[in-house]
Amino acid sequence: MLKINDLHASVDDKEILRGINLTVNAGEVHAIMGPNGSGKSTLASVIAGKEEFEVTKGSVELDGEDLEDDAPEERAHKGIFLSFQYPVEIPGVSVTNFMKTAINESRKARGLEDMPANEMLKLIREKSELLEIDRKFLSRSLNEGFSGGEKKRNEIFQMAMLEPKLAILDETDSGLDIDALRIVANGVNKLKSKDNAVIVITHYQRLLEHIVPDFVHVLHNGKIVKSGGKELAHELEEKGYDWLKQEQAV
Amino acid sequence: MAYTEEELKKELETKEYEYGFYTDLKSDTLPKGLNEDIVVAISKKKNEPQWMTDWRIDAFRAWQEMEEPEWANVHYEKPDFQAISYYSAPKKADPNKTLNDVDPELLEMYRKLGISVDEQKKLQNVAVDIVVDSVSVATTFQKTLAEKGIIFMPISEAIQKHPDLVKKYMGTIVPKKDNFYAALNSAVFTDGSFCYIPKGVRCPMELSTYFRINEGGTGQFERTLVVADKGSYVSYLEGCTAPSRDENQLHAAVVELIALDDAEIKYSTVQNWYPGNKEGKGGVYNFVTKRGLCENNAKISWTQVETGSAVTWKYPSCILKGDNSIGEFYSIAVTNNYQQADTGTKMVHLGKNTRSTIISKGISAGKSQNSYRGLVQINSRAENARNFSQCDSLLMGNECGAHTFPYIEVKNKTAQIEHEATTSKIGEDQIFYCNQRGIETEKAIALIVNGFSKEVLNKLPMEFAVEAQKLLEISLEGSVG
Repeated sequence: MLKINDLHASVDDKEILRGINLTVNAGEVHAIMGPNGSGKSTLASVIAGKEEFEVTKGSVELDGEDLEDDAPEERAHKGIFLSFQYPVEIPGVSVTNFMKTAINESRKARGLEDMPANEMLKLIREKSELLEIDRKFLSRSLNEGFSGGEKKRNEIFQMAMLEPKLAILDETDSGLDIDALRIVANGVNKLKSKDNAVIVITHYQRLLEHIVPDFVHVLHNGKIVKSGGKELAHELEEKGYDWLKQEQAV
Repeated sequence: MAYTEEELKKELETKEYEYGFYTDLKSDTLPKGLNEDIVVAISKKKNEPQWMTDWRIDAFRAWQEMEEPEWANVHYEKPDFQAISYYSAPKKADPNKTLNDVDPELLEMYRKLGISVDEQKKLQNVAVDIVVDSVSVATTFQKTLAEKGIIFMPISEAIQKHPDLVKKYMGTIVPKKDNFYAALNSAVFTDGSFCYIPKGVRCPMELSTYFRINEGGTGQFERTLVVADKGSYVSYLEGCTAPSRDENQLHAAVVELIALDDAEIKYSTVQNWYPGNKEGKGGVYNFVTKRGLCENNAKISWTQVETGSAVTWKYPSCILKGDNSIGEFYSIAVTNNYQQADTGTKMVHLGKNTRSTIISKGISAGKSQNSYRGLVQINSRAENARNFSQCDSLLMGNECGAHTFPYIEVKNKTAQIEHEATTSKIGEDQIFYCNQRGIETEKAIALIVNGFSKEVLNKLPMEFAVEAQKLLEISLEGSVG
């Protein structure tokens, strides 16, 4: 589904990604771990098409198509979803209104009419139940005055509404207490299918107890330095990242 | 005045000839330029009573002594008052004109705003073929209004039919010598609206709908007078979301509202005059004086959505004379390209327990300048007066400006005044967030702007809130590269 080939990317002429290779197939869950500043969030932003990052070499392909010329919204229409580490506030725009706009814009891109209001309501009801979200929450302004946990849960609610092909969860576990973590993880697990894929970016092994990855990759200095199964996450939890850094140095 | 209208016409024709222009002098056009004869001629054309003519002359003489104000934060070339024609009867539909003759760009804008073909034709002076619906609707309205004793008609008609009411109230809130442009308007106003709601009557409809059907184009020097008698209520909407490419460069309107004891007036404006092109050429100068007076327990609420005009200078104000009276001002002002707006309000607290609320939302884009200017004045006898002001500015890009000039004068220790102001910029992070959810940049901006303006949009009558929302989107189109 997703194929990243020798990807190099910079911001303000500073190279952050230095040759990433990664293949994600439908039905798989990949975890990307690594110390601060290793390029995890940059990788997520580059896949989503954020303009401030310049791809200097290599490519990102979705279903065999190079995404290079696609604007972020076009990538979204093709099924890429990014759960933000720091979701932004949009005062005066309710969660419901935001979702309605997002869904209808995607439909428009596919040549479909707006989603009928009754279908929209049904979808909202279904997905908010799945994520144990109080529907009053949905009339509040997007992320304005939300707690850290509420923001993250709202990201996963949006993911459930948009039903992406590839979901990238960037540090979704940060700021979540144990109950919220369980709810979010349950949501992600329920949305998983043989047709979609998830990339979980995280610092800690904690989230991976709930969302069990098929593959774990360690990112360091803009490169994947080690890949393995879910047991790699346990190893990292025990030993930290230093041993990998040393291994790299040698 | 010794001479008759005929003589006057003759004189004007000769003058016209003297100046060397050729104008096809139909009976409904006056030559360019302004002098006392023109003022008298306007009055005569409207068959006005002598008191009205004298009133105009008085205003004209005062205007001649006045200086054009320069304190506003706007820069423009001053109009040449002798190059303006001060009277021309409303344009009639041109039987040979079709929509194919209209600028396609304008038609595209109409389409986006969802304006019906009939209405488009009306706006462009194209003859409307199917009028059955609007005529019958208007007739129903007129009947309903008449049953309640509500008077709603062009002010020129009111001067003829209800001279006592007009004489009693006109110029009491905005005196004819109030300011340069109000004096000019008082001298040369050609038409406008008059509305009177009798005691205890609640006007059963938004006067907007009626207005739109009956009023084709708005004049250059419009004069509006709304009187809500004791315990009555009226909601009035002026303007139209449809863009008007008026060739008149100078618009100087006067609006006076009078809310007697326990009465309420809600006055909403959508202003979308031609703002000039992207290079800042052309566009309307909109210099307006709007003021309302509240007696005991009365309430006046101004709501405005200002997106048009090259230069706007406008401060809808409330004089809270009566005890327990309430004044409100809700405003959205959008400026793009080279537009300049200096707008706000004055809340003058005279009575006890008077309250006022000001919510101003300024949105600047392009190279435009957007200023809020407001005065909250608490006079010495206004015990327990309260004011809450909130001025928010939203900037798009790096070349525009937002300015806030709040003036607060308090002469009574019991007053409570709150002022909040914020300035924010549409951030790249916000745009990227929307993009990532599949929302393209223009749409994302529209969404953010609508969210920012929501508190004010909510104050508009329902039917117009939707149109105003679309108007905001269109006004800011192409403002982010």
